[in-house]
Amino acid sequence: MGLTTAARWRVLLTGVLALLSMIGFMTWNVQSDWAFIVEYRGSRLLAMLLVAVAMGVSTLVFQTLTHSRILTPSLMGFDVLYVLVHALGLAFWARLGLDSMPSVIFILDVLLMAGIALVLFRLLFGDSVRGLHLLILLGMMGGLLFRELTELALRVLDPTEFSIQSGRSIASFSRINLPLLWVGLVLTVACVALVFALRRRLDVLNLGRDVAINLGVPYRRTVTLLLVVASVLVSVSTALVGPMLFFGLLATNLAYWIVGTHQHRWTLLATVLVAVVCLVGGQLLIEQILQSRLPFVMLLELCGGVLFILLLLRGVRE
Amino acid sequence: MIEAKTLSKRYNDRLVVQDVSLQIPRGGVTAIIGPNGAGKSTLLSMISRLTPMSAGSVEIDGMDVTRTSGSELAKRLSILRQHNQTSLRLSVRDLVAFGRFPHSGGRLNAEDQRHIDEALDYLSLNEFQHRHLDELSGGQRQRAYVAMVMCQDTDYVLLDEPLNNIDMRFAVDMMQLLRRAADEKGKTVVVVLHDINFASCYSDHIIAMRGGRLAWQGTPDEVMRDEILSELYAIPMQVHELNGQRICMYFRMG
Repeated sequence: MGLTTAARWRVLLTGVLALLSMIGFMTWNVQSDWAFIVEYRGSRLLAMLLVAVAMGVSTLVFQTLTHSRILTPSLMGFDVLYVLVHALGLAFWARLGLDSMPSVIFILDVLLMAGIALVLFRLLFGDSVRGLHLLILLGMMGGLLFRELTELALRVLDPTEFSIQSGRSIASFSRINLPLLWVGLVLTVACVALVFALRRRLDVLNLGRDVAINLGVPYRRTVTLLLVVASVLVSVSTALVGPMLFFGLLATNLAYWIVGTHQHRWTLLATVLVAVVCLVGGQLLIEQILQSRLPFVMLLELCGGVLFILLLLRGVRE
Repeated sequence: MIEAKTLSKRYNDRLVVQDVSLQIPRGGVTAIIGPNGAGKSTLLSMISRLTPMSAGSVEIDGMDVTRTSGSELAKRLSILRQHNQTSLRLSVRDLVAFGRFPHSGGRLNAEDQRHIDEALDYLSLNEFQHRHLDELSGGQRQRAYVAMVMCQDTDYVLLDEPLNNIDMRFAVDMMQLLRRAADEKGKTVVVVLHDINFASCYSDHIIAMRGGRLAWQGTPDEVMRDEILSELYAIPMQVHELNGQRICMYFRMG
């Protein structure tokens, strides 16, 4: 099973677009000296690439695990869970004298968040995922619950901090959390390498739990590992720019359409490319070329949201 | 040999399978029969490690299924459950190729391709091999999944109600195929059946379950008897001998 010729062209085209987006982002409308541009835009570009890869890959993995094209880790409240852990941690880490080391705090947050996500997922679904609609419902409720808890925690802990944090209820690429860039890069590369190494197992997982076990995939271990990977990737993305609800959904579904197969070596590549085109290319187009004042992230989320509703309606009809 | 010892499964307070001990020898076709809710499918999925047991143990050729590595077991035992539906756009050949996963880890070599061709041939799926699963009828899709399991080429093949939703012609084809797999390839086939007459005509050994317990077991001649079947299914049943086969009548009695 490979790609059809048309699919190969589509992947190639997406790749070229991704490359052009990145070059455009770095070189468009350069007015000051290059050293500054490379440093300023370079770090922003790196952050956007990390977010694109993290959101895209975590959603792809999550969709394979739940056998759905509609669910994303963000819809299940993973990103808000991270914010909650971070908010609750703030007070605690400060007491331990760690508040001057954002990377250490970040790693602790990530570990804690992955642990909690894993326990919650296991409690709710035991060994396997059944009933997509139940999953969506619980996810929505979980997301709301975590959001409210976060606000409550922040209000109690530090009212000034609250106003800063609540400004982060939607992602922003003008206020990127740059101190976390390098640790985010390391974590993202490690996670993506792991997912790539497990790509053939992911193909089998797509056939469902029973078939996967029949074919000798260590199901429980693999699912646990992949859930941790998804949690870490969501944490990286959320820590860098804030929560994004529908972006991953947009990236994976465009990728499925582009490659027309469910083989993960192709969907993985296409998801990353599409995510980069949407995020970097979209930002370039809206903010630089069109000089629009429209909030770019909102626009992206709107597209993803509309797609979500369309997919949901199609699912209901089937 | 498959050996189950004092096997039980409990869901909350309900015992679905209680204290079942049995041995299924190598070779031949073994049918598991019994009324709805007798625990047939649960028994089969505990034997094949899909469902963890609450108590007891299962050994396949002396290997404990809960302790042997999944990939090792996947080369010896395959299991196909009832509801196999996927929303994936997969061709029949791609699905069948997954059967080689335990052997090749997903990188198909020439020998794997030979096994895939053979399995497609065995289930007469050659002409459909490039069709997508969602374009097939229920019976064809069922055969594609059976082909995947055959392609896995294991000594033990376990099937949960493979005759569900397929018409008489394909049901007969399927049972003949399982018979051939046992006779020609020396496989041990264990199959859950609802149609006791198929069990009577095609199996070497029948295991009858009721209320989560092992009720009777033996050859078709031993189990296909009026009093046993009437008690098992709690309706009047009569066994007749037709063309040397024991056929049970129960559709309209008295």
